[in-house]
Amino acid sequence: MSDAHYPDDLLYHDQHDWARLEGDEHAVFGITWYAQDSLGEVVFYDAPEVGATISKDSSYAEVESVKAVSDVIAPMSGEIVEVNDSLEDSPEKINEDPYGEGWLVKVKLTQPEERGALLGADEYRKMLEKG
Amino acid sequence: MADQALKRTPLHGCHAELGAKLVPFAGWEMPVTYEGIREEHAAVRTHAGMFDVSHMGEVEVEGPGALAFLQRVLSNDVAKIEIGGAQYSCLCHEEGGVLDDLFTYRLGGDRYLIVTNSANHDADLAWLGRWSRGFDVAVRDVADRYAMLAVQGPHARAILTGALGIALPARMRVATVRIGNRPALVCGTGYTGEDGVELLIDPEIAPAIWAELLDAGVVPCGLGARDTLRLEVCFHLHGNDLTPERNPIEAGLGWCCAEATGFVGADAVARARREGTAEKLAPFKIEGAGIPREGNPVLAGGEQVGIVTSGTFSPSLELGIGMAYLRADLAEPGNEVEIDVRGKHRPARIASKPLYQRKG
Repeated sequence: MSDAHYPDDLLYHDQHDWARLEGDEHAVFGITWYAQDSLGEVVFYDAPEVGATISKDSSYAEVESVKAVSDVIAPMSGEIVEVNDSLEDSPEKINEDPYGEGWLVKVKLTQPEERGALLGADEYRKMLEKG
Repeated sequence: MADQALKRTPLHGCHAELGAKLVPFAGWEMPVTYEGIREEHAAVRTHAGMFDVSHMGEVEVEGPGALAFLQRVLSNDVAKIEIGGAQYSCLCHEEGGVLDDLFTYRLGGDRYLIVTNSANHDADLAWLGRWSRGFDVAVRDVADRYAMLAVQGPHARAILTGALGIALPARMRVATVRIGNRPALVCGTGYTGEDGVELLIDPEIAPAIWAELLDAGVVPCGLGARDTLRLEVCFHLHGNDLTPERNPIEAGLGWCCAEATGFVGADAVARARREGTAEKLAPFKIEGAGIPREGNPVLAGGEQVGIVTSGTFSPSLELGIGMAYLRADLAEPGNEVEIDVRGKHRPARIASKPLYQRKG
């Protein structure tokens, strides 16, 4: 597994989720390095359905390690337009590459202004340091 | 609780040095994993792994009345243990419920060692003390005298023999040896379904032995892999699959109960065996996606018919597995049920034991 890292071009939710904005209306979501490290090796990603509506601060999926289950919290509201199907066979990508091949969903945003409530990489790192 | 401080095993420093993920477990700070549960699990199935299980308790029972006393408190026929032998038993209360499950080793003519589950150690000790009255026997808490190291896997014996230069006992036997020039016990037992031994050694030399085995290529394994390994072979975990509210018969442990010995709870166990029990513990596999967890309801025909007591992802089978208490008529291998995993009904099939079969 990689060392702790939090890319500067992402926005972060305090429940350890990230969002990568693609234009004004779309975003890709995933879980942060910290989240996957706390959970341990992911063995199952219970993905939402394409077309499902998700709301900011609510759970939209589950990731499970051998020992534990974790809800995945939506950093922003929207409609699922794509899920990362490759995680069905290789959920370990969430550990190996949490910001790349381990992405979870693509979303059409219904309230793009919610981005204002998210943290920048520096703020998120500071939050983790404070514990 | 008055004392919140977690206890540490003699190997705590070794775990910290390896960067283990430490968690509270039954009042102890224990390693749950070092490099990853799947890797550690695979090491035990294919090579050799070692577990610090020093949190487990030890009770020595000695005296002319030792056999008669143990026959009274343990469910199995203790008279069958030869000197140097080992035996699995339940410790039952008067109504047959299981207070603990434990291994008994016969170290000498009238000297036995019992290994307890750490969460039950103090209660077991009080129970044994209470029932020892009237028997010519001494019951001693010797938990502080031992560090316990389980070395398990197909290559465990060969590596141990090479590294420590000691003769190892056969399965279900115990040998008194010297390790690091201190007296030690080597037991041909384990909790993984693989061959291997459990070492009971002087706490002072435990770090050196750990380091030696690490150098010899034995993979350090945490409680996470210990749980997945034992569940794949359907070994019970007390507190989950065994409780004081369940008797050995419904738990599928009738084989270690000899009611004719008249042990505490024997009448209740005999009745359960004769009349059958409303529920039975059965292993199952999830068919498809989903990982069952402790407390998940078991469903059949849309109704709850049982409850999962242990559930995990099986690294060997790569699917969700578990054990559940369910209506006895449904607890037959091949039966289809559903597990309610946080609101999602996952199809599952009752299986026979063990869920994972060792190769060769």
